[in-house]
Amino acid sequence: MSGETEAIALPEGFTRFGAGRGTSLRLGELWAYRELLYFLVWRDIKVRYKQTLLGAAWAIIQPVLTMVVFTLFFGNLAKVPSDGIPYPLFAFAGLVPWTLFAYSLTESSSSLVTNQNLITKVYFPRLIIPLASVLSGLVDFAISFAVLIVLMLYYGVMPHLAALTVPLFVIFAVLAALSIGIWLSALNVEFRDVRYTIPFLTQVWMFITPLAYASSLVPSKWRLIYGLNPMAGVVEGFRWALLGKTSAPSVLLAASIPAVILLLVGGSYYFRRMERTFADVV
Amino acid sequence: MGDLAIRANRVSKRYRLGQREHYRALRDVISQSVSRAFRSKGDAGRAGTPYLWALKDVSFEVRQGDVVGVIGRNGAGKSTLLKVLSRITEPTSGYVDMKGRAGSLLEVGTGFHPELTGRENIFLNAAILGMRREETFRKFDEIVAFAEIEQFIDTVVKHYSSGMYMRLAFAVAAHLEPEILIVDEVLAVGDTAFQKKCLGKMGEIAQGGRPVIFVSHNMSAVHRLCNRAVVLHQGEVLLDGSVDAAVREYIKLGEAEVGERVWPDVKSAPGDDTVRMTAIRTRGSDGTTTAHVDVHEGFTIEIDYVVKQENQQICAVLEFLDVMGAVLILSFDNYTRAEWGGQEPHPVGTFRAVCHVPADLMSEGDVSLNVRLFSPPMLPNDRPHVRELGVLRFAVNDRMDPSAVRGHFPYSWGATGLRPRLTWSRAPLAADRYATEGVASRAET
Repeated sequence: MSGETEAIALPEGFTRFGAGRGTSLRLGELWAYRELLYFLVWRDIKVRYKQTLLGAAWAIIQPVLTMVVFTLFFGNLAKVPSDGIPYPLFAFAGLVPWTLFAYSLTESSSSLVTNQNLITKVYFPRLIIPLASVLSGLVDFAISFAVLIVLMLYYGVMPHLAALTVPLFVIFAVLAALSIGIWLSALNVEFRDVRYTIPFLTQVWMFITPLAYASSLVPSKWRLIYGLNPMAGVVEGFRWALLGKTSAPSVLLAASIPAVILLLVGGSYYFRRMERTFADVV
Repeated sequence: MGDLAIRANRVSKRYRLGQREHYRALRDVISQSVSRAFRSKGDAGRAGTPYLWALKDVSFEVRQGDVVGVIGRNGAGKSTLLKVLSRITEPTSGYVDMKGRAGSLLEVGTGFHPELTGRENIFLNAAILGMRREETFRKFDEIVAFAEIEQFIDTVVKHYSSGMYMRLAFAVAAHLEPEILIVDEVLAVGDTAFQKKCLGKMGEIAQGGRPVIFVSHNMSAVHRLCNRAVVLHQGEVLLDGSVDAAVREYIKLGEAEVGERVWPDVKSAPGDDTVRMTAIRTRGSDGTTTAHVDVHEGFTIEIDYVVKQENQQICAVLEFLDVMGAVLILSFDNYTRAEWGGQEPHPVGTFRAVCHVPADLMSEGDVSLNVRLFSPPMLPNDRPHVRELGVLRFAVNDRMDPSAVRGHFPYSWGATGLRPRLTWSRAPLAADRYATEGVASRAET
């Protein structure tokens, strides 16, 4: 008897599922489950604000305190140049998208494990889970973004036309977090070591991102390699679009856009391949 | 015969032994690959990779209107088959063609969040189970009424009693309208009212002509509900045919009697980080371990277990099942004496729980035991720490001792399961009440 299963024509109105049928990304199916995505995002946001004492205030406290520390030590004591922008504003404009990225990355990496009760009981495209946890960071982002606007008004900085590109940078930051998050979440199912590397990863990543300093400190011949960090382009993009003193981070983005696309597509296929056994190993 | 609804084509599922339901640490993988590298190439070490085929070449068809029972002993592959059919896990080879979506009552309460209100959980849970939002809106009032929680709909679910929680969870699942329904008997643990509701829902769907797959140990339920049955044995389809034939086959598969099970290595004993069961045995009235007890003598069931975590409420429960899988007796340890969910935490250490079964209770026949150790209050998403089904199997024999319940009755007692000593009395009635002339006069002579 040969090991091959004889293929029988699929009757009309039937779905076929089974071994080795996870090679396509099945984006259409993802779209069909959009309501579930919506409810999972909604749940994550709702639960987070219900369970914390200060609720939405955390979205402000975190970046604001980091900004204060940066301003004291890097701005006032170390006198790090800030491209002619008031240092607090310079730091905060970077910290707002960074906080979104760091939160999304952390949440999505552990998302499959924290949702294992769903994975072991119901079928749905598993990609929904890291996707939902990445999106749930957007509410916090909106709140801290409002604080950024207030800070800009305080320093008398008026946004110009370039500010219209801000949503693009936000989307890019989310995609960047997702591109790493789907790899790590799938790995975390099988290797719980991932959980311990994430705080370390975000910490290191924070230093290679121009938050406390300007990317203009990096020599121009290294700029392209430095741009492989997608958050460098996002942070500088925010400063360019909103504060208007610096030039557009085109070199940085030239490196990071292809990098993120590559990670995202590769990660999606890797995730699809791994998701077949999620329910067995998680 | 209805149209085709499901076709499973040579479905196989392989698990790596010991890795099933366990994640790995990267360290293990590294040490494994290092040790593999040091092994010589001609070594047969690789052949020793332990695999378990939970399903082997399983093929069957289900047509519209079929109510198919899937039966088999523990480890026969029933749960794996369910997981494959509900797309939770992917088979190693083979495929399934299915018309429409399979909804399973495995999913009751899946995704419920204690911090959300009843209303919020209905929408969340419905979305997880695949219900469209407008459908949920349409059925919302019906779901709330079915769960009987109108006043508490905007209360956070963590303040619900376990009964309310269960009712709400079931109400959502019951209002799903899947094209195919999959029911696992395991979900209906304990609560008979809930079990009845599940079975009622099954009947309703079957009457509507939609196929139902019912996985069960309970042969009488299969008999009552199904019009066809599949017997699984060691991952293979042993028989696919009438319910009668399947039940006969199932009984033939009966395991030999086991009076004692011991797990010498605590680490691999059944259980989790909170509690593990290290042994379970039947002791006859003379104190020896045995798989044969007498109808006229009492016996005990001992459960040895290790509690490793402090501040845990731990309760043991035993189920006595007859050969058809029907539960004869359900018995909890003394934990249920205190308020449910508010019991004293169980101390840490090694313990032996002993259940005393009185003489003259069981009838003759084979009895198997299910044992569970769990932490009250056991909400729908909680799992027992230990859940061993069919862990012991003992025979109850009748020595025809006339001092037993049997007395001098000479014939077969039949398969009654229980044979308790009930109290009978007899007293003469006043003669004038029923007495007709004839009877009265005969009594006087």
